[in-house]
Amino acid sequence: MSISRFTTEKIAKYTIWISALLTLLVMVWILFQVLREGLPLITFNFLFDYPHEMGRKGGISPTIIGTMALTIIAIIVATPLGVGTAVYLREYTRESRVSRLIRFGTDCLAGVPSIIFGLFGFIFFVIFLGLGWSIISGGLTLAIMILPTIICTAEEAIKATPYSFREVSYALGGTRWQTTWKVVLPNSLPGIITGVLLGVGRSVGETAAIILTAGSSLLMPDSLFAPVRTMAVHFYILAREGISMEMAYATGAALIIMILLINSAANFLLHRYLKKLER
Amino acid sequence: MTKEKVLEKFLLFVALSSISILALIAFFIFIEGIPLIWKKGVFSFLCGERWYPSRGDFGILPMIVGSFLVTIGALIIGVPFGLACALFLGELTPPLIGMIFRPAIQLLAAIPSVIYGFWGLIVIVPLIREYLGGPGLSVLAGSLVLGIMILPTIISISEDSLRALPRSYKEGALSLGATHWQTIWRVLIPAAKSGIVASIILGMGRAIGETMAMIMILGNAVQMPESILSSARTLTTNIGIEMGYATGDHRQALFATGVILFLIIMLLNALALIISKKRVR
Amino acid sequence: MPFEGKILIQNFHFFYENTLALKNINLRIDEKQIFAILGPARSGKTTLLKSLNRLTDLIHGTRHTGNIFLDGQEIFDSSISLPELRRRVGMVFDLPTPLPLSIFENVAYGPRLKGQSQKNKLQEIVEAALKAAALWEEVKDRLNNSAFCLSGGQQQRLCIARVLALDPEVIMLDEPCSGLDPISTRAIEETLYELKKKYTIVIVPHNIQQASRIADRVAFFLGGELIEEGPVAQIFTKPQKKITEDYLSGKYG
Repeated sequence: MSISRFTTEKIAKYTIWISALLTLLVMVWILFQVLREGLPLITFNFLFDYPHEMGRKGGISPTIIGTMALTIIAIIVATPLGVGTAVYLREYTRESRVSRLIRFGTDCLAGVPSIIFGLFGFIFFVIFLGLGWSIISGGLTLAIMILPTIICTAEEAIKATPYSFREVSYALGGTRWQTTWKVVLPNSLPGIITGVLLGVGRSVGETAAIILTAGSSLLMPDSLFAPVRTMAVHFYILAREGISMEMAYATGAALIIMILLINSAANFLLHRYLKKLER
Repeated sequence: MTKEKVLEKFLLFVALSSISILALIAFFIFIEGIPLIWKKGVFSFLCGERWYPSRGDFGILPMIVGSFLVTIGALIIGVPFGLACALFLGELTPPLIGMIFRPAIQLLAAIPSVIYGFWGLIVIVPLIREYLGGPGLSVLAGSLVLGIMILPTIISISEDSLRALPRSYKEGALSLGATHWQTIWRVLIPAAKSGIVASIILGMGRAIGETMAMIMILGNAVQMPESILSSARTLTTNIGIEMGYATGDHRQALFATGVILFLIIMLLNALALIISKKRVR
Repeated sequence: MPFEGKILIQNFHFFYENTLALKNINLRIDEKQIFAILGPARSGKTTLLKSLNRLTDLIHGTRHTGNIFLDGQEIFDSSISLPELRRRVGMVFDLPTPLPLSIFENVAYGPRLKGQSQKNKLQEIVEAALKAAALWEEVKDRLNNSAFCLSGGQQQRLCIARVLALDPEVIMLDEPCSGLDPISTRAIEETLYELKKKYTIVIVPHNIQQASRIADRVAFFLGGELIEEGPVAQIFTKPQKKITEDYLSGKYG
């Protein structure tokens, strides 16, 4: 062999280090690109003004409201469904045909692309249920998109609760529901909230499904049944239709900041939760 | 006692929501899309090269090829880098750097696709146009950006598979005199093979399903892509672009595209699940 | 005394899946005494305890034959309310397991589950239970602190107080003093001595010496079988079986 195994080792290690660094670099590049141009443009007015001239001037306040409204609906619907599913899987059954079916459904749902959710949301919520392009259609569509994430993280959190807590509760005369509600769920709360925050992050960035279900109206929505544009959709339209690169940068920067904040909150919570587990 | 029974039944009902929603999605997509495929004929739909909705031509072969090329390209970029980063996290990094790198990868996963598309549009596309020719909005641009987008998927699942290996594998190899790299290459990676392959398949699923970023940088010409510098459409971008104004047969054709997409993704998911269930010997 | 004794175990076999863990147990436990269950590891002692309050129901794949009577009533009868049974037959585990709540809320947990929600009533119950467990003086000023602030011995007494708050009839303790220092152990043993005036106490002692210190009657288990049983003095000085004698003199264990 011409190359000694130690040289191979060196080459391999350098390659891996370089790859990792390149990956890091690209990520920083992407974020930096948008933030550098966009951050300076984020002013108080930008956040609170209405858009003018199709978004060429003015602010993005309706889109911020839209983003928040859709996300809130998604969370309100998906969290009870997701936590309930996790509770059932962990506290009320063992591995069985039913539990395998539920997990299969959840795994598959997690793999469905957003455009398919968009198609479904359109034909089911907008057309079939007659809800029209609206906050409610978009929010419900988002809810089913983030459901698998919440089920997964809630299940992990519930699984991490020590068995001894449950045993003590039963030994003191607790029923299954009492044990779940008074011991398991409070103990799993940080993990569940982390999952919810992950869902929020996904909702904020989602575009394909939203355009097809919540519409793209720039007007400030006046009810749950009004159409609305989210920040991500606004960003997409500004960039693709070439309406205003400046505004696109600013909107993109606002989007990134929002996601960075949500991610940091989730990470912070996760750390506190892991530290608590060490006891 | 009965309150407990009622609660249990209620929770079962809630827990069945995920599978029910999946069934609902499949049902509605299929109901809207299958009639069109039936009407036009499966062969002419899947293998037709012409997509002219106004003339009633609904051949999605160019889109299938577009999806295929972009996905393969993404894998060519994403898999080596992804594996390298997974190895980096698992084997090479001192804990301090790991604490920075891991959240960085999470952040990569959290960036919305529209941001990736935007970056691709203002950075990658002009670069390709300048140095390699063509419109810049191309399969190559799509592959590059998509490759970056699927990195978190490949990294996290591969790293999990490597981490799940018993320590004795590594310790045994090292104690037999193997170098670190030899241990990784000859022992750890083959042992984690099924997990790594599963991560690749899931990355593929992610790539095929991507819409927004691809709309922004692929150029969206409805043609059979001739080279990696050509503009193209994927199954997803086709739906994303035209759904806003499609009616009648046209709309149904887009749902039919959705049917094909859904089937492909379910197939890939099932494959990944089967492979990852295989025991590591 | 209804039927025979407080607890009567008749022809009791217990299976984990296909493994026989308890074989043909026949035992009677009378009230207001300390009944110790001795034996080397893996003799079925914990399984027996957990059968008495049907905590074994929580484990999948378990089954039994035979009967266990509490005050003459079969506890495996389908009409028995499990929460009610477990309140009557309380259990203290070998490792102190406070719930992630305050000291007050730990003790109030059981009564709350039962439906008691009046603030002053709960305060009464908690104070009485902590006094009976000889813990009140040490914690009365910091009832709202986390239960994890207590030492190991205090936590274990908290677990006893938790059970007492439900006013049980039987208190079971599974190696309650393992991991505790001699002073805490002594405190708990003295508490049990007081408690036996009111409750039936079934204890798996931490070691043989503890049994000789506090028990009234002793049962010796080996490999899932009851070898022999009798008053503590008789078992320790004149055991009937050789293997009992060998265990008690430390020849194996």
